[in-house]
Amino acid sequence: MNYVKLFFRNKKSAIGVIIFLFFVVLAIFAPWIAPYSPNSMAFTPLQGPSWKHWLGTTAVGQDILSQVIWGTRLSLIVGLITGGIATVVSVIIGLSSGYLGGLTDDILMTITNIFLVIPGLPLIIIISAFIVVKGIWTIIFVISLTGWAWGARTLRSQVLTLKNRDYVKASVVTGESSAHVIFSDIFPNMLSLVVANFFGAAVYAVLSEAGLEFLGLGDSSAISWGTILYWAQNNQALLFGLWEWAAVPGLLIALLGMSFALMNFAVDELTNPRLRKR
Amino acid sequence: MKYILKRIVFFLITLWAAVTINFILPRMMPGNPAEVMIAKFQGRLNPQAISALEIAFGINTHESMLAQYWDYLGRMVTGNFGISVSFYPTTVAQVLAQAVPWTLGLAGISTVIAFILGTLLGIRVSWKRNSISSSFAVPIAFFLNSMPYFWFALIVEYVFAFVFGWFPLGGAYSSSSGLSGLALVWSVLYHAILPAATIIITAMGGWMLTMRNNMISVLSDDYITFAFAQGLPEREIEMNYAARNAILPSFTGFAMAIGFVISGVLLTEIVFSYPGVGYLLYQAVLNIDYPLMQAIFLFITIAVLVANFIADIVYVFLDPRARSGGE
Repeated sequence: MNYVKLFFRNKKSAIGVIIFLFFVVLAIFAPWIAPYSPNSMAFTPLQGPSWKHWLGTTAVGQDILSQVIWGTRLSLIVGLITGGIATVVSVIIGLSSGYLGGLTDDILMTITNIFLVIPGLPLIIIISAFIVVKGIWTIIFVISLTGWAWGARTLRSQVLTLKNRDYVKASVVTGESSAHVIFSDIFPNMLSLVVANFFGAAVYAVLSEAGLEFLGLGDSSAISWGTILYWAQNNQALLFGLWEWAAVPGLLIALLGMSFALMNFAVDELTNPRLRKR
Repeated sequence: MKYILKRIVFFLITLWAAVTINFILPRMMPGNPAEVMIAKFQGRLNPQAISALEIAFGINTHESMLAQYWDYLGRMVTGNFGISVSFYPTTVAQVLAQAVPWTLGLAGISTVIAFILGTLLGIRVSWKRNSISSSFAVPIAFFLNSMPYFWFALIVEYVFAFVFGWFPLGGAYSSSSGLSGLALVWSVLYHAILPAATIIITAMGGWMLTMRNNMISVLSDDYITFAFAQGLPEREIEMNYAARNAILPSFTGFAMAIGFVISGVLLTEIVFSYPGVGYLLYQAVLNIDYPLMQAIFLFITIAVLVANFIADIVYVFLDPRARSGGE
């Protein structure tokens, strides 16, 4: 694939991939990289940064650096899994809506537009407020539920243009089944859009997760960047002058979001020759 | 006209969907969570209030689901959202009415400023695509756009309100009594600067990137080349030829973007303890005040729908194709 090569030569995607890989390494090797156990409460609470604790300690005496390193796991997992689920849903809805047309299209697109226009975060907040069982899967479920609509709409319009190409028409005339036409003829030609969508959904997931946990609607005993921010805010870290406690996890969320956004943009740039640098 | 009619129908369907979500959510969850809430407030509410809550959330009722739903729709249409359990005995509508003006002011003004600034920047950046400032603007916009709003708000609050002490730490106006007239207006503006700046800076990046991409697509069109060949002034090509067409997708993308902005406003309000709808939602969540939460959700949905509706109308003026009812 020529595109894969181009993807790595593009400056935006290269930076995106490097940041992303950095986090993957951090997540996988967290037990070896982190200086202490993230749950250990053996240290003096509310300390500023020192050689022993680069980012200081929490109100119950946990090492913040270790928490931040371990937190990479959850944030990364939620981003990737939620991005994946949202993408699958938008592919299914976008493809069937665009290909089948007619009443199916009308109904699916109305549902999509409703989900698109109902503001995501408030919806996520009230759903999670009603769900009594808090945990990572609740978060993934709720964010996926609200994060697929944009993808479904862009994929549908792509299907509409592909549907009328000669090679697809030829395939239909030769009597191929709908499933074959959709998955073998149309789908491969919109893969780049699907990939771009995945990155877009992942950004949305990472930011929504952080927002949800910051509000205390996540599992506050789990260790993720969002919950670190939640505890920092609840213990008024900034007013104690412990700004690293809040600054670093937020910065990492922004970097992870940015790496997904850069890869998304790069795919866009590669497949749309007009956006490429002349 | 047909276009507007279509938008109105969509408006109503979405509103209905939001109301229905509110109706279904508590009834769908295992062990109706509203029951827990009522149990928690048992001693503090009078029996009448409790039975009203039970009706609203479908507890201890012999009515069929359909009858309950019909009643529910009726209450929504008449604007009866019930009592807020955390601000008992105030009604939800009254609590909400106090918060709404703050959010409308903050969100409305900063969204418009962010849209205008971001779009203008996007035009500039695409026009001078290979200049140094452009190559800096794009990565910065990426970063701003990927930041968690509330985190940026925290940092802004820390630096400008706590460390430098230039602005108040939170709230919407000075609590010292006796403020009136110009002094009050000034106090309100002074308190709004930091939250508004947070929203504008974070939202601007997205608009800039969208506009930049639209512009770049438009700039390679033949009619732009032709305009250059005609020797038209650059300024006119940039604004009247390129930007006028490039802005259209920004308006259609408004639907999704406004949702993001609203989410950002909610979180920003929470950080700055700004007494708007977002801060109220936060308090409702902390106190498990379901009636209040549902009313806020409904209100935000309506606000977004109205904003979208306005964007749709503006779109009709900008795009002659929408006016003629074609594509």
